[in-house]
Amino acid sequence: MSTRTAPSISPDVSPMVSMDMITKTFPGVKALDEVKMDLYPGQVTALVGENGAGKSTTVKILTGIYQPNGGTIRIDGDPIAFGSPNDAAKAGITAIHQETVLFDELSVAENIYIGHAPCTRFGLIDTAQMHRSAAKLLTDIGAPFSSHTQLRELGIANKHLVAIARALSVDARVVIMDEPTAALSHKEIEELYELVETLKSQGKAILFISHKFDEIFRIADRYTVFRDGAFVGDGRIADISEGELVKMMVGRSVDQIFPQSDHVIGDEVLKVVGYEHPTEFADINFSLNKGEILGFYGLVGAGRSEFMQALFGITKPSKGVCQVNGDIKVIRSPADAVSNGIVYVPEDRGKQGAIIGLPIFQNITLPSLGKTSRSGFLKLAEEFKLAREYSRRLDLRAAALDQDVGNLSGGNQQKVVIAKWLATQPQVIILDEPTKGIDIGSKAAVHEFMSELAAQGLSVIMVSSEIPEIIGMSDRVIVMRDGRIAAELTTDELSPETLVRHAAGITTDGAAA
Amino acid sequence: MTDATQTRHVPDRLNSRAARIFKSWEALLLAVAIAIFVINSFASPYFLSAWNLSDATFNFTEKAMIAFAMALLIISGEIDLSVASIIALASTAMGLALQYGAGTPELVIIGLTVGVLCGAFNGFFVTGLGLPSIVVTIGTMSLFRGISFIILGDDAFRGYPASFSWFGQGYIYWVFTVEMLLFVIIAIIYGVLLHKTNFGRAVYAIGNNPTGALFSGIRVARVKFILFLLTGLMSGIAAVCLTSRLGSTRPSIATGMELEVVTMVVLGGVNILGGSGTIPGVVIAAFVMGLVTFGLGLLNVPGIVMSIFIGLLLIGVIALPRLWSMAAAGRKS
Amino acid sequence: MTRLIPVRETILGGAILVLLLLISSRFSGFVTPTNLANVFNDTAPLIILALGQMVVILTRCIDLSVAANLALTGMAVAMINVAMPGLPIPVIIAIAILLGAIMGAINGVLVWKLAIPPIVVTLGTMTIFRGIIFLISDGKWVNSHEMSPAFTDYPRMVLLGLPVLSWAAIITIILFGIMMARTQFGRSIFAVGGNPHAAIYTGIDVGKTQFWAFVVSGALAGLTGYLWVSRFAVAYVDIAGGFELEVVAACVIGGISIAGGVGSVGGAVLGAIFLGVVKNALPVVNISPFWQLAISGSAILIAVAFNARAGRNKGRIILKEAEATQ
Repeated sequence: MSTRTAPSISPDVSPMVSMDMITKTFPGVKALDEVKMDLYPGQVTALVGENGAGKSTTVKILTGIYQPNGGTIRIDGDPIAFGSPNDAAKAGITAIHQETVLFDELSVAENIYIGHAPCTRFGLIDTAQMHRSAAKLLTDIGAPFSSHTQLRELGIANKHLVAIARALSVDARVVIMDEPTAALSHKEIEELYELVETLKSQGKAILFISHKFDEIFRIADRYTVFRDGAFVGDGRIADISEGELVKMMVGRSVDQIFPQSDHVIGDEVLKVVGYEHPTEFADINFSLNKGEILGFYGLVGAGRSEFMQALFGITKPSKGVCQVNGDIKVIRSPADAVSNGIVYVPEDRGKQGAIIGLPIFQNITLPSLGKTSRSGFLKLAEEFKLAREYSRRLDLRAAALDQDVGNLSGGNQQKVVIAKWLATQPQVIILDEPTKGIDIGSKAAVHEFMSELAAQGLSVIMVSSEIPEIIGMSDRVIVMRDGRIAAELTTDELSPETLVRHAAGITTDGAAA
Repeated sequence: MTDATQTRHVPDRLNSRAARIFKSWEALLLAVAIAIFVINSFASPYFLSAWNLSDATFNFTEKAMIAFAMALLIISGEIDLSVASIIALASTAMGLALQYGAGTPELVIIGLTVGVLCGAFNGFFVTGLGLPSIVVTIGTMSLFRGISFIILGDDAFRGYPASFSWFGQGYIYWVFTVEMLLFVIIAIIYGVLLHKTNFGRAVYAIGNNPTGALFSGIRVARVKFILFLLTGLMSGIAAVCLTSRLGSTRPSIATGMELEVVTMVVLGGVNILGGSGTIPGVVIAAFVMGLVTFGLGLLNVPGIVMSIFIGLLLIGVIALPRLWSMAAAGRKS
Repeated sequence: MTRLIPVRETILGGAILVLLLLISSRFSGFVTPTNLANVFNDTAPLIILALGQMVVILTRCIDLSVAANLALTGMAVAMINVAMPGLPIPVIIAIAILLGAIMGAINGVLVWKLAIPPIVVTLGTMTIFRGIIFLISDGKWVNSHEMSPAFTDYPRMVLLGLPVLSWAAIITIILFGIMMARTQFGRSIFAVGGNPHAAIYTGIDVGKTQFWAFVVSGALAGLTGYLWVSRFAVAYVDIAGGFELEVVAACVIGGISIAGGVGSVGGAVLGAIFLGVVKNALPVVNISPFWQLAISGSAILIAVAFNARAGRNKGRIILKEAEATQ
């Protein structure tokens, strides 16, 4: 993001796609309010906004999944309406999504061509032709696998390549990339950037959605900012600074300030010796002290979450001992972990954290029912009391405690999950990517709360892939690589470079180990 | 999905208790039950007779006993299609024991034990091996009844002792049958279990999000295993009642009853995909099905034709509210 | 190329061969070509229905109404035949397929447009269809002497050494083989079941695909309705009672995942043949036919436990990969 040449746009280039005055309402919610966005041929436009700004709704409208309630979409200046995803596909718009949305049971070629496979004159799929074309596409993008491979045999990065090949196969004019790098390693991200350049050189218009600012400033030519479903501004990336963009996004200037750590670190609470799993991790040894925030850094797939889940009793380690306050504890299930004072706030909030469908108060009291009930019988008054106490402590914003937790925003759901665990009065709280997918405002609140917890004597393990968060919050950091501990770093040793080097296994001279 | 309307002070409840009850599925169902009752009493002069109504309860008491346990199982996201076959196997086991001179207490114990064992068998396959319950219980549905067929073939066990007939044919007081009493007791037990205990809360949590429940420290497999045991036990109790009422055991006993039980549960407002439902709903659904069957019976409608009504009821109660809301949405736009 | 030799199907095929070898070691008469052809002919209705059910299960649905559909169509065409004995058989077959498809479409519409869970829909239509048979027939049987000879003889007619019933199954297998592998619809079925969320993004209408899956299943049930009634030369309310479970069993044994998206034509056919061999072998090896139900129940349990175990071995293996690169 240092010296970059100004994008070669002449002002007279007209947009390939332009969205104008687009409004989309859902029962009770205005997701998009008369927004506009233009996409230009051969350029990358970054759509920037906090969670809930309306980015994914925009993508769904552009791909024909939602129909807008008002406004016009123009392609090459002609108004067009998408009644279905098929219409959008026919207009040359294709999307590569957050989670690779493809089909494990089909071959690579079938995945690339599903919905538009070449046919013989009898109307049957021309398999030979399909594999030939697929093979050519795969060669073009440098994919290291055959078109006959079953998709399920591929890793996440290669699945991305299939998604990109699919985008190219439909001869798309507009490619939407929705957080494409979220699950990729550094090397894979670099390869993706190269592909984006290729797409640009072919004159395709690219809509790029990302939360990572370095990425936006690295590859985008233009930006469009939404806030709370409304258009805030757009322009050339070259004309704006990172700080200005953040300001537009949140409507105020936010400095990423981490709370001052004024907590006292006490005696050892948790000690893990020789944890090992047949496939996911090995040789994990560390200890955690009272009032300490221990950061776990590593690349996606380094085995951090897998280890945490084993520590929490979800999966069973094949070897290893866990000591709490010096006593050896056998943890075979989450229930065992909770009764030993170890709790886990998972990364996947919707699936593993909040129980959507149950009211907020029942979510909060779920692991504490033993305390709020008498000989197995529920006592609602006690439950509400506990729920009130912790929702106040976490400054929960909700209509009422008996509302479905699914009605809350991501940040408030996260608060419910944390409240649920604090109500059990644990000794060790494991936070797995606690601020992932949360807007900047809520992020700061979570950070502040985390150091408050530590100050109160709770021991915190924080798994995070965000370097500023790791450096700003941790008292000590463990870096994992390929299922093993690669380094243990004190605050003095912490720097973005050391973290990345240990996580990627790069020796000092820059070569990969 | 917006926090705009939300305040800093979070109240406990949004709607009053009365509003919640009024809007509930159970209220709608109760209205249907009353309507059917009124229609029936006009349609047939024999309907409003205490003895006739008492006879009518046999239509649903045995099924409802299983339906209560099934409701919990379905709320937890599982299903047991083998319940009718458990009845067959339990009844066959009782008949077999009878040949060796078992008396009434032994018969009852054997019936209940076989039910629990069958439930444990299902529970082991589902929670121990992690298999989908619909497939497992389609398998055990064939297996359990198949064992009855192996033992009995074309034969039947008869000659149950007179004291055994009390369960399915006895009266507690006036027109009130033993089965009715069992129905009421079991309904109360399951109502309390589901709505007033930690166990019941765990059932809802598991049904809404099994992974989330596990991550909240709930012993998901154990809860589900217990639910299969309970469903087996209820099938065992139903086997005792049904065998006692019929006075004989054939391997084809209670054929197709699993579908009526599931229909009753779904009609009672339990979400077939898990996560929601109530015991009062199932109780009313039991009455609705009993009343429909009985009313049509009085009008000399054959049983197989009644099943059309049950089928229509099952689809209709789910389809109509959806059609209605679709129509409402259509008018708005 | 892995697709050509799928492990699951090979194992199931092996199990059937072992079963046949065991039987032939004591009763060599069972494995003569004539008898095997008879077994296949006897299993033909199950094969046809299992293929229809496979399509439905692949899209994450289930069709419990197939046997009732079969019985209702069978009764309807039998009564049409009684009323109009001169109606040519191809017309009868067309009517049967159409009637079945309409019933399938009813299921499909309820699943597609009203989003009612398939198990509820087909439980309901199953009882409704059975009830309608009683209504139209008044509970009476249609017996062989009332049916025209052409009507009852057709499935028995021998072409190139095999009866028409067997050919119906063979043609269905071939058509399904082509449909699943070489048509957009076939591929969409896998996509819808494997990842419905992604299917929407690739422009596939999940509900519509499920609708057509039900229509296909219904049409095959209708076809089987005619074949069944004409073969046994009798139609009554309870024919093929409980047969829907045998159909689901054939699919489960054939490795079709009830969770959708996983399965193959070969698997469904082999699953049906496995049940057919067991059923036909029992009387030969002097085991009471009353054992059949328990055996197919056990086969379902073993198959589903086995398939789940086979599927569990995948998953990320980061340590091994790391070791391999070092």
